[in-house]
Amino acid sequence: MPTLAHYLLVSGGLFSIGLAGVLLRRNILIIFMGLELMLNAANLSLVAFSRFHPGHDGLPGYNAQVLVFFIITVAAAEVAVGLAIIVALFRAKQTTHVEDLDTLKF
Amino acid sequence: MQLALFWLFSIFTLLFGLGVVFFRSPVSSAMSLVMSFVGLASLFVTLDAFFIGVVQVLVYAGAVMVLFLFIIMLLDLRTEERRPVKLAAWAGGGIVIGGFIAALLRVVVSLPDAWQTKPVLANPGLNDVAQVGFALFRNFNLPFQIIGVLLLVATIGVVVLSRRELK
Amino acid sequence: MSTSVAPWIILFTPLAAAVGILFVGRYSKPLSAGLAIGSAAIGCALSWWLFCQPDPAESLSFPWIQIGTDLQIPIGVTIDHLSKVMLVVVTTIATLVFTYSIGYMKAEEGYWRYFAGLALFLFSMLGIVLADNFMMMFIFWELVGLSSYILIGHYFKRDSAADASKQAFIVNRVGDFGFLLGILFLWAATGTLMFGELTTGGIAVFAANPFYLTVACVLVFCGTVGKSAQMPLHVWLPNSMEGPTPVSSLLHAATMVAAGVYMLARIFPILAAAPPALDVVAWVGGITCFGAALMATQQDDIKRILAYSTISQLGYMVLGIASAPTPDVSMFHLFTHAFFKCLLFLCAGSVIVGMHHEQNIWKMGALKNKMPFTFLAMVAGALALSGCPFTSGYFSKDLIIAWAVVRHPFLGWLSVATAGLTAFYTFRLVFAVFLGKPRDEHAKHATESPAVMLVPLACLALPALVAGFPFIEKIFFHVADPEEVPFLLHPALYALFFGGVALAWTLYGNAAKDPVRIPFFANRLYIDDLYDWMVKHIQDGGAAVLSWADRWIVDLLVVQVPSKIAWAGGFVLRFLQIGNIQAYAFFFGAGVVGLLYLLIFR
Repeated sequence: MPTLAHYLLVSGGLFSIGLAGVLLRRNILIIFMGLELMLNAANLSLVAFSRFHPGHDGLPGYNAQVLVFFIITVAAAEVAVGLAIIVALFRAKQTTHVEDLDTLKF
Repeated sequence: MQLALFWLFSIFTLLFGLGVVFFRSPVSSAMSLVMSFVGLASLFVTLDAFFIGVVQVLVYAGAVMVLFLFIIMLLDLRTEERRPVKLAAWAGGGIVIGGFIAALLRVVVSLPDAWQTKPVLANPGLNDVAQVGFALFRNFNLPFQIIGVLLLVATIGVVVLSRRELK
Repeated sequence: MSTSVAPWIILFTPLAAAVGILFVGRYSKPLSAGLAIGSAAIGCALSWWLFCQPDPAESLSFPWIQIGTDLQIPIGVTIDHLSKVMLVVVTTIATLVFTYSIGYMKAEEGYWRYFAGLALFLFSMLGIVLADNFMMMFIFWELVGLSSYILIGHYFKRDSAADASKQAFIVNRVGDFGFLLGILFLWAATGTLMFGELTTGGIAVFAANPFYLTVACVLVFCGTVGKSAQMPLHVWLPNSMEGPTPVSSLLHAATMVAAGVYMLARIFPILAAAPPALDVVAWVGGITCFGAALMATQQDDIKRILAYSTISQLGYMVLGIASAPTPDVSMFHLFTHAFFKCLLFLCAGSVIVGMHHEQNIWKMGALKNKMPFTFLAMVAGALALSGCPFTSGYFSKDLIIAWAVVRHPFLGWLSVATAGLTAFYTFRLVFAVFLGKPRDEHAKHATESPAVMLVPLACLALPALVAGFPFIEKIFFHVADPEEVPFLLHPALYALFFGGVALAWTLYGNAAKDPVRIPFFANRLYIDDLYDWMVKHIQDGGAAVLSWADRWIVDLLVVQVPSKIAWAGGFVLRFLQIGNIQAYAFFFGAGVVGLLYLLIFR
């Protein structure tokens, strides 16, 4: 039987992969995908905790699942706005490469 | 059996996650992200969170990823040309990721009930949609409304951002 | 209409007029004047009606400030004999002066501003008269100060007028500071600010500690010293003559400056319980009365002479409060003084208009034939002011002097001497202005003022002469002569009056310039110079120290140094802004991991 530790390690691994995408890839779209991976890794650990720590009534912690639901919703909104920004950025700069987007410096 | 399924789904998820990072073509990355999300949805199901699993597939693998692909197509992104890899970036990224994994391991090791198996639930059935719905509309009604407003704001924001004469 | 509603109408009509003038006054001169005069006339009619009614059993009052059980301040009105008399005086004089102002201000700028100020003043003054507690009185007290400031500074483009209005305001602050402290003292001891409760039950609280009551009374008296221009805070009143003459007449002679005396009369039972405080009041009043008369003898400006005589007469009233067994004695003098001093100022205004705004009496002369009507009115006022037998001033002033001689012999005889000085300087003014030869081009071509100015003069001249007759006095006041007056007193007063007039005739009957030069008096006993010196050396010294502290401690240490530190920190940190998003993400991630270690594994 898989234990809580299993799920936490998978969640951490997925988070690390997402972080690697954010830190190492230089295409802003891929960076964005990395962000989504990190969000979902967090969701996985939330759901795992809710399953492994049922309440006094013997049911999973549904509050955690509601939180996951909210995260998914906010992430959807975030994706929509973020992609719109990327489109606007591309229109202005003709690139999605972050090293070409370095105006914000001293 | 459960353990085998768990390993199957998690390896599936992690491998396609790695694919997101390592494919050179944005389309490949996006497609492997879809697969990774499907694997993740399966993991949710192994945790008896059927509603979340379904939403994961519907919202992420469906709507969000379509959006990604649509944007990739819109921007006409090709496989990016190789640029010289920055050693400093890899070293820095490695340090942060390594630090994170080390922290995670220490937490998991020190967690007292980390190795316990799944407790038995009082509702082994499939009624968790109703349970989540109760929690959502009873305890979190106000946040739910606010989320609705947030989505509206995001919609308007996207419309404004996509206007061509944006200055 | 009932007697409990009428005072509220009297009180708020002028405020409504002031607000109305603010909105419509700039479009129509007659409208702004009409609103102001109408409100004063309504107040006047209602006041006389109220005066004829018996006191209401209870008056309307509204709760206003309620803090716990300790501080309960309603907004309410007092209707008793004292306030009814004062209402009649204030509204009657105001109506006449408002009317007169039409003529005086005809060619002046800021016409509607002037009438709005007058209406606001009337509102504030009526508030003082009607207030039934110290808090409300203090608020209206300050409002009176404000409207006085506005009206003195009416010609604000002239530096001297702007300075005079500031001086009046600031000098009054000094007195009002004491007044407020006194109010707080009384409240702290008795827990009430209502006049009714203070004067009946409140005094008993002080039986064990008379010294505390004395301190509180002297502090409250500070308010009178400021508002009624007693020494040493009298300096603002002569300078306030920079305002238009009707303002001087209404505010700085007839009504506003009397507010201090009225307040003393209102709290008379409290004062009477503190004899040492009454001694202080008596000395301040006596010295003011004599000192101001001395200063008046050597002034050259027609309005300043009258201003010093006002200070002197206010000194009489304050002395009367401290000497007589009932405040009615002083209120009687306040009553008659309001008429004749208002008359004198309005005459002076008439002369000033006729002389094209020349105020130096040595540039006038021989106006008797050019302005016969003004001359007659002026003589009537002068007779009353100097206490000519069987004029109003004679009855009221001699009453105060008689009580003062009985209670405070030294101050009493000082005030007797002042009576002689009063006759002298008043008739010096009359002779220099109206007799002799014209000493200036304007004086040769002066003309009588228009009827709108002369009618109020006539209306005031009559009461100035007769308002003191016993049968009128009986209607308004209940006063009594002291039982044993020194035998010499009344003959001395007659002799001093005629002696003063005769001396003035000898010296000034036909003088081309002032034959007497007494710099000590002409320079106002050097009190103004003393204040100048104090401001220049003491206050400016303190200001220099504070300015140094502001510049080097506040500006440099508190403001400049931290701002420079923040700027330097920002300068160093801005090198971290390298513009690479992934570097930022790296910093962010490293920070999060660092925090994780700090929080979880510390």
